Amino acid sequence: MNELFLVRKNLFRKPVRTVLLLVSILIAFLIYAFMTSLVTSMSDFNTKPTRLITLSKINFTETLPIAHYDKISRMEGVAVATHMNWFGGYYQDPVKGFMPVFAVDPETYFEVYKEDLPLSEEVKAAFFKERTAMLAAEPVARRWGWKVGQKVPLNSNIFTQADGSRVWDFTLVGTIPTPPGSSQTGSVLIHYDYFNETIDIGRDRIGWIPFLSTSAEANDKVIAAIDQRFANSADETRTNDEATFNKSFAAQLGNLALVLALVVGAAFIAILLIVGTTMTLAIRERTKEFGVMKTLGFSSGSILRMVLGESLLLAFLGAALGVLLAVGLLAAAGSMPGAPPLHLATPVLWQSALMAAGLGLVTGVLPALAAYRLSIVDALSRK
Amino acid sequence: MPDLIRLADIDKSYTRGKERIAIFDRLNMHIPAGDFIAVMGPSGSGKTTLLNLLGGADRPDKGTIEFDGKRIDNLKENELARWRAANVGFIFQFYNLMPILTAAQNVELPLMLTNLPAAKRRDNVATALKVVGLEERAKHRPRELSGGQQQRVAIARAIVADPKLLLCDEPTGDLDRATADEILGTLQLLNRQLGKTIIMVTHDAAAAKFAKRTLHLDKGKFDERELAA
Repeated sequence: MNELFLVRKNLFRKPVRTVLLLVSILIAFLIYAFMTSLVTSMSDFNTKPTRLITLSKINFTETLPIAHYDKISRMEGVAVATHMNWFGGYYQDPVKGFMPVFAVDPETYFEVYKEDLPLSEEVKAAFFKERTAMLAAEPVARRWGWKVGQKVPLNSNIFTQADGSRVWDFTLVGTIPTPPGSSQTGSVLIHYDYFNETIDIGRDRIGWIPFLSTSAEANDKVIAAIDQRFANSADETRTNDEATFNKSFAAQLGNLALVLALVVGAAFIAILLIVGTTMTLAIRERTKEFGVMKTLGFSSGSILRMVLGESLLLAFLGAALGVLLAVGLLAAAGSMPGAPPLHLATPVLWQSALMAAGLGLVTGVLPALAAYRLSIVDALSRK
Repeated sequence: MPDLIRLADIDKSYTRGKERIAIFDRLNMHIPAGDFIAVMGPSGSGKTTLLNLLGGADRPDKGTIEFDGKRIDNLKENELARWRAANVGFIFQFYNLMPILTAAQNVELPLMLTNLPAAKRRDNVATALKVVGLEERAKHRPRELSGGQQQRVAIARAIVADPKLLLCDEPTGDLDRATADEILGTLQLLNRQLGKTIIMVTHDAAAAKFAKRTLHLDKGKFDERELAA
């Protein structure tokens, strides 16, 4: 038997109360860990300092005329540019079969995203050659059981063909390996030309224009030149480096993240008050026991340690369970159709540990000091 | 027998609100080692305060307290806690066992403050429970024990670290006569066979008969003739 044993015993002396406190702490840490990891995962792709992206100044769902691509391609400081469109694709079921399908210009796309497309020359050639060819990220092909050479009908929830059909037939010519951080995670690539020719409205418009600058040092100048070039036009642009773009893409959830941060903050304050009050009451209930322990020879310091130990153990247990649950939820959410792989953001671990320590100390310090200062005579005279 | 405890010129008072209540005014007392004293007196006479001073649970306003020839009234808080752990066993009227621990774990509590290895601790706990006749109840929690059994666990807890002094505050005040006599018999045994010095506060004259002598305390003063005897 040691102090830790007593701390553990005392913490669970009223199991229902302790479990309810644990659940309240767990929920706060679950929300915190899940949301932080979600926002991080959304922007956690490999980036290249010379890769920049131009899109509509309004937002990323607005399209740009394809002429913008031609003009940007020829601008000073731009090494190579490509363009891509959001197809709004799904396979069989609009919800379960949702996937990010991009209509791309194959040759230039492979130049701009060379590192993330480690494909054999045969596969590349097959994709370049056939207008209805399609490449799918390995996890997507695996999920749907697609085999190379198979015809795959994909639906669009945005576009229709001239004949009114929303279904396009593609041929899977290869799969894209997607190691962690790959920008192609979950992606399906199709030909822009085929897409553009078959849609009934929105022709010759593109979603965004990724390009490589000649050097990272030239980025600021290139960004300013492009956005200035299209300023005051009908289709103004916003150009960012890739890291900023990913963050701003994730920041589309920004307001939601802010709201959730406020909710989490409020939850933490509420929990602080609940746990603090409960700990104070729990310690007050044991005043006489502390008096007895002091008569037995336990020092005030060891009593303080044990009370603080209880609040810290409670906070760390709640935090650990919350983070563990968040890991499970992230894995479940990440396996949903079209979702990027979601994983616990590493900083969440130490941030949660720090927050748990803070929570434990703040909620435990007052009752611990009260127990520390308690005189034996006062403690034993309490009814 | 040499003195185990000497109280010299002890003043002690409490403040209740704005009122200052004097409990002891120049109290002098000495207790030989191996004595078994019953302290009787009306409520408010200072019996419990005396126990607290003797056990280092409280400090005098003035005067000195010596235990085994060494002053304890001027020890720092941590030193006093260590001294209590090594030298004093407390037995309370309402047992004051920890409800979350078994009888054996309650008895082991004072041994947490020693450097004894786990095996030695287990031996000592088993011996202490055997002395009070509760070895069969080692794994029971206080709520599973009768009042008399709980008090015996409290006695085992008080003696497990082998202190020289046992301080008992109304140890049988919550027990029926037969059980009280059993507990008092145990205390008598500890005094006679193990040489423990016992100071027992009681209102019960029948309980006081188990002690070697009885001192009456009234308004902070002992009966001088009893004290000198």
